[in-house]
Amino acid sequence: MYSKKNKLFKVATISLLITLVSSLILSTNVKADGNSLPAFDKSKAGGTLKLVAQSAAGTLDPKINYTAQYWQLYVATYDGLLAFKYASGPEAFKVVPDLATAMPVISNGGKTLTFTLRSGIKFSNGQPVTVNDVKASFERVFKVSGPTAGTFFNGIIGADVCLKTPATCKLDKGIVVNPSTNQVVLNLVSPDDAILYKLSTPHAAINPAATPGKDQGTTPIPTTGPYMYKSYDTNKSLILVRNPYFKEWSHDANPQGYPDQIEYDFGVTPTAAVTAVENNQVNFMFDQIPADRLPEIGTKYANQAHISQLTAMWYLPLNVNIAPFNNPKARQAINYAVDRNALIKIYGGANLATPVCSILPPNFPGHVDFCGYTKGATPQKPATSWTAPDLDLAKKLVKESGTQGQPVAVVVADDDVNKQMGVYLQSVLNAIGYKATVEAISGNIQFTYIQNTKNKVQISVTQWFQDYPAAVDFLYVLFGCASFIPNSDSSINMAGYCNKPLDDRMKAAITLGAVNPTAANAQWGQIDKDMMADAPTVPLFTPKQLDFISSGTKNYVFSPQNKMLFSQAQLK
Amino acid sequence: MIGLKKHTQVAFSQSPGRVSWEILNKDKRTRISFAILLLIIALAILAPIYSSFIAHTNPFVSSLDASFNMNGKTVQVLQPSTQGLGLGVTPIGPTWKFNHYFLGADSQGRDIVARILYGGRNTLFIGFVSSLLTMFFAILIGVIAGYYRGFIDNFLSRILDLIWAFPVYLLAISLSVVLLTSGLNFGFIHFGAGSLALPIFIIGMVYIPYVARPLRAQVLSIRERDFVKAAIGYGAGNSNIIFTEILPNVLPSALVFFPIMVALNMLTESALSFLSIGVQPPSASWGTIINDGLALLYTRPLVAILPGLMIVITAAALNLYGDAVRDALDPKLNTRIIK
Repeated sequence: MYSKKNKLFKVATISLLITLVSSLILSTNVKADGNSLPAFDKSKAGGTLKLVAQSAAGTLDPKINYTAQYWQLYVATYDGLLAFKYASGPEAFKVVPDLATAMPVISNGGKTLTFTLRSGIKFSNGQPVTVNDVKASFERVFKVSGPTAGTFFNGIIGADVCLKTPATCKLDKGIVVNPSTNQVVLNLVSPDDAILYKLSTPHAAINPAATPGKDQGTTPIPTTGPYMYKSYDTNKSLILVRNPYFKEWSHDANPQGYPDQIEYDFGVTPTAAVTAVENNQVNFMFDQIPADRLPEIGTKYANQAHISQLTAMWYLPLNVNIAPFNNPKARQAINYAVDRNALIKIYGGANLATPVCSILPPNFPGHVDFCGYTKGATPQKPATSWTAPDLDLAKKLVKESGTQGQPVAVVVADDDVNKQMGVYLQSVLNAIGYKATVEAISGNIQFTYIQNTKNKVQISVTQWFQDYPAAVDFLYVLFGCASFIPNSDSSINMAGYCNKPLDDRMKAAITLGAVNPTAANAQWGQIDKDMMADAPTVPLFTPKQLDFISSGTKNYVFSPQNKMLFSQAQLK
Repeated sequence: MIGLKKHTQVAFSQSPGRVSWEILNKDKRTRISFAILLLIIALAILAPIYSSFIAHTNPFVSSLDASFNMNGKTVQVLQPSTQGLGLGVTPIGPTWKFNHYFLGADSQGRDIVARILYGGRNTLFIGFVSSLLTMFFAILIGVIAGYYRGFIDNFLSRILDLIWAFPVYLLAISLSVVLLTSGLNFGFIHFGAGSLALPIFIIGMVYIPYVARPLRAQVLSIRERDFVKAAIGYGAGNSNIIFTEILPNVLPSALVFFPIMVALNMLTESALSFLSIGVQPPSASWGTIINDGLALLYTRPLVAILPGLMIVITAAALNLYGDAVRDALDPKLNTRIIK
């Protein structure tokens, strides 16, 4: 009895500590600066918010889609138990209760999270949201083999079995629900310092339990937020209308929206989109603004341009499983050869991006200033920042690797900026001894195409925007063994990199982060350095977000977590 | 009797070929179009001399960080904006100095003049070679189908109908999309993914029915003419009749088609390259340069306009030349009478 009581005491003490530490993590990462949104003003509601993009972003299924383009919409349509706060500035990184009545009670040494589901909330099809929907939603993450099943949610008890046999996934021990009390208990295998963040992402959105366990593609899944999807045609448009069953339950989590309708039109080239925004024909353009339109935006339309710092990176995943980048020297060579400043010029100039060499972006938890692939530096004796490429060393490494003369195809999206980057990279690869070609494919499919090992992509140009402000989201999600799923469109580890010792260190850092975030971040910084010594990728630059909106669009709110908050745009 | 006929013609008048040549020579359209074509071809041939010895630039290598000295000042090829929010980078415009980006640079910092000259080589080469391919297969199919008639004619004609049933550009685009990623492996024929041979093959193939069908109709008509029946009556073999009686009467029509096909194939190549499914980077053609220029329409419109102008001028010259050839070879036209 004694020992049992003693154990219970220990567990209770640790739980209390974990709760305090979790609160501390959130409060240290998120300094409330009073950038919460003002109360909803009904007099300013109405109108159609018109958005344009060159292409759609693939499936509408929130459990599968992993694009910044649609995550920006999901925050106005879907809800999880928790959410990132609807706010601007650092306040936007704060996690707040959404479908849960309050932040979870954390117990069992950080391994158990207890939520209470709000009652009275309905999906856009009129069905009430129940605890069974919550359980089914988490099981569906595995059933559809979602891209984050192996990284965000693999810590849930039973997830290991679900990852092996997705079709029959059951999380009876991992998610315990009680319909009579509306209680949801989430049981983890081990503490996870980022679990609250993960539960705030669209992949943790609650969908009806009846949603089939396969990709819903263009078929909209009922929503809980202020908007629902009316129609979706990947070649034409995506229409969102007000959710008739939505009533604001948390202004912080998902406030009432201002536009009556949101219309996302596809097939509009970035150049045409700029003109349309200038002429007030559309409110917002998603794509990268073409370089030759930037000067006029920076001068004539400066008051409609909003530049914001992002925690993101443009990078080149190098497929470490096929030639030539299965050779570490070949990977190091391309790291030395790429002129980051040249790519920044294509992107729009020094005011819109900063060159990087590390995977963790500057000012991000765990980031350390280092660059092993710049002139005069090595991974063992790194410089503090990138200064210039070293083509001679790159050529030497290619020769040493024995990969000289091999064909390399650079796969890029077909918009102007990406294509130009592809042509530049082709030139660099040719210069260091390869026979390079550029394959520009539709932005609608490029992101999933480069993930699937069947397509044998050697090198591609892509971007990564943080899902949540923690190092694990860059290092473990993008380069962890669990993120590499051969023959799948949801294999976010595009490099196919799986370094077991590093993977174990990342897992240890995740666990450590739950009790000692500072020590964990120090470990993440070292993991970043060690991983870059192996060079599974070429980090290029940290971009800034340039949103160009029409003169008729009022109340622009930028969340560093969710970017422009469409639902808060006012058209009156 | 055949020999007598030829002999009589020579004795009493100039040969038809001689007449046609003289008409062609005296036609102003021929002289103008030929001079233009010659100039364009010469410029295209001289592209390496311009880029190596005059502009000192490699038009196939990105030079995003390049700079040069002009009037004692260091000038960057890609110039960052310094006004307003300081957004964007603009390639240098025309300097009007041959040794320094005479007409400016493109988004990759490459000399536009050098790109246009090299692009002309590819556009003209693809247009010319693919036209030869078209003409060869069109004459082959047209003559065999028209001469042998019956099952062979039906079979070949239906294949031509089938190809012609597809919109030409749609067919070319479909073939390009498939072949440009994987290359072409057909027996001993192998073309790599970025090879110039691919657009030549694709463009050459899609226009075969356009030429083969009228040639077949002409062969059908010629086959019924007395001199062919006479040759058959004398026991001449099929190949002998085809090469000595049919082909010489079909070739003038083929010659009329040829410059028109070069213009048409050149335009198709430019269209495919504009859609990024023709000539592949870093190689250039006028179509790819227009595509590159699209991204600079607002700041450096010359990048797109100049290759467009080159295409217009070359296509117009070829069509003008084609008209003159047709007039010279058409026995029914009054203009054939030499004054």
